[in-house]
Amino acid sequence: MSYRSAALRLAAFTALATAATSSFAATEITWWHAMGGHLGEVVNKISTDYNASQDVCQLKPVFKGGYEETLTAGIAAFRAGEQPNIIQVFDAGAATIIGAKGAVVPAQDLIEAAGTKFDINDYIPGVRYFYADKSGKMIGMPFNSSTPIMYYNTEALAKAGVEAPKTWEEFEAIAPKLKAAGYLPLTQSHTPWIFTENFMSRHNLPFATNSNGYDGAKGTKILVNNEAIKMHFTKVKEWLDEGYYGFYGAGWSDNQKPFQESKSAFWLGSSGSFGGLLKTTDFKFSATNLPYWKSVIDEGAQTFIGGAALFAMSGQPKAENDCTANFYSYLTSPEVQYMWHKETGYVPVTNAAYELAKKDGHYDRFPAAEVGVQQLSLPSQDNTKGYRMGFYVQIRDVMRREFGKIFAGDKTADEAFKTIEEDANKLLARFEKTSG
Amino acid sequence: MKRVQFRHSLLPYFLLIPQLSIIGLFFLWPAGEAIRASFYLEDPFGFGSTFVGMDNYIDTMSNAEYLNTAWFTLIFTVVVAFFSLSISLLLAVKADAVLHARSSYRTLLMWVYAIAPPVAGLVSLMLFDQHLGPITDLAALFGWELRLGVNGFDTAFVMSTTAIWKQIPVNFIFFLSGLQSVPKSIQEAAAIDCKSGTRRFWSVTFPLLAPTGFFLLIINITYALFDTFGIIDVLIKSEPGNNPITLVYKVYNDAFRGNDLGGSSAQSVVLMILVFILTIIQFRMIERKVHYN
Repeated sequence: MSYRSAALRLAAFTALATAATSSFAATEITWWHAMGGHLGEVVNKISTDYNASQDVCQLKPVFKGGYEETLTAGIAAFRAGEQPNIIQVFDAGAATIIGAKGAVVPAQDLIEAAGTKFDINDYIPGVRYFYADKSGKMIGMPFNSSTPIMYYNTEALAKAGVEAPKTWEEFEAIAPKLKAAGYLPLTQSHTPWIFTENFMSRHNLPFATNSNGYDGAKGTKILVNNEAIKMHFTKVKEWLDEGYYGFYGAGWSDNQKPFQESKSAFWLGSSGSFGGLLKTTDFKFSATNLPYWKSVIDEGAQTFIGGAALFAMSGQPKAENDCTANFYSYLTSPEVQYMWHKETGYVPVTNAAYELAKKDGHYDRFPAAEVGVQQLSLPSQDNTKGYRMGFYVQIRDVMRREFGKIFAGDKTADEAFKTIEEDANKLLARFEKTSG
Repeated sequence: MKRVQFRHSLLPYFLLIPQLSIIGLFFLWPAGEAIRASFYLEDPFGFGSTFVGMDNYIDTMSNAEYLNTAWFTLIFTVVVAFFSLSISLLLAVKADAVLHARSSYRTLLMWVYAIAPPVAGLVSLMLFDQHLGPITDLAALFGWELRLGVNGFDTAFVMSTTAIWKQIPVNFIFFLSGLQSVPKSIQEAAAIDCKSGTRRFWSVTFPLLAPTGFFLLIINITYALFDTFGIIDVLIKSEPGNNPITLVYKVYNDAFRGNDLGGSSAQSVVLMILVFILTIIQFRMIERKVHYN
């Protein structure tokens, strides 16, 4: 009996499966991504909606773990000739995938080959060139884009009788009051990204030679060992000793936790953390731009994006590439971008989507949600488009290690930045040879 | 009439093929590939590469951080091997002497064995969490501000503690069976000669445990060098930062996070040589001096 019913079920299943595949004679494309948890659910929703919106292409999203794991899986698959159509690669891995000549089809070429018009100026200023090549052609399609901003606990500021600071000088002035009111004034979650990469951008300081590395890996040297940033880290260490700053290691959430628990007044995090913060906190918070040093620059410059972009891997048939391009167009449409922005807090990457969010009153409801976009839309300057350095994941590891030593009091900022410069330059020189 | 005869020359080789092909496919080929890659700097996608000779080795060996990592690995290995062996020996001796409910004691001591290293790491991560860990709170009572992931020493302490805790059951099982195989007649003869139990242990039982102890020493060294990977990865949350890491973790980190295939291959060749030396020591030098019978 049970055998019969099992056989019947199997037959029914097979019939169903055949029917399903035959009715979708669509071109199937795969998308490897690194979005877990709530973000993963939104990615799945985007894919389902996309598949429902047309019947030519069938998009299959596959979660591959963290950013590093996804990139490594993509590399292994590429070498085996089984690469996905789309892979999500994070900011620090951009030089690796773009540096490998022929691993990806530039987003711009892909879209134009599919017969769609492409204008990079449709994208908001801060996201335009981060994943572009030397000539300004967009290689990776910016996907989850965020920028560091300063969140604050409204009640903490009211208790201490202070306003959110625009500059670090102002922060120094109010930190004792916040401490007196029983708060840890400041924590931040990603020292290389916020206090180094975006520190350079915010103060319009060059981060590497060869136009921050965009002109090519040949001879690129890091310019991280400068007076402004050493002053900043010396100050941060002082704040740490005074109890104005908290440091909880290299983990993102360990440093976010004090803010979520209403223990710290300010938290420097990602504009993409907004959606999550709304869900996990029960106190009133808002956000403002990343502070800058008045002594270094009169008016803080634009920051650039973090997060990740989508790369179309090469070696795929034309029909599939056209589907990828078609999906890119869908993904960057104002409605989809706005939905993504609302659900996650990542910035809308196009001007049109930003306009739509404004028109819909999203920022009247959540003023903090606009901070990231505004900061990315400040006038761009010489050193604000981003950076392109190879072996950058290791360079970040070097930074984290040395910053840990500064905060532990084992090294002064001068010593630490000297080591960072030396180690990073060795890595860059090695990277140069990988593409040789 | 012809005499039937096996062709001795080929059959053994034929029978060895499965074994040889497994060794070739899963050991020799990857090892050869690692040696080849260690002389190149290669873009991970395989488009470009430059032959750099010994540069990867020179860069590795001249890197101060690599030497720090090697130094930490050595200390970590010694600490883990020493404490996990000595604690488990103590437990085994005590468990051997227990008369009532001995099997429940033994089971309790053994069952940590079933925990996978990453899970052990996760358990420690909760116990030692810098915000909510109960052991962190306990340490604070004694004036020790234990900060896992921030303070290098504290992280090393948690790593070692977890690694030792996880390894004790394995050693315990071996020591216990070693103790049980010590002949009763010898123990009784020793008991007639000497009143002190401690002295009897050190001069009679302990030497008889030497083969087990030596075998476990090698097992523990390889455990500390290689199998603690899961614990370390979980405890540092995949972000080395200012935390101590072992050589094996660095190989993984440079290859799979950093995509530096050449540098990472050079490091793994160095590790291969290390294991090779360890094996030679095991088979040639010490084994002769340990009495198995």
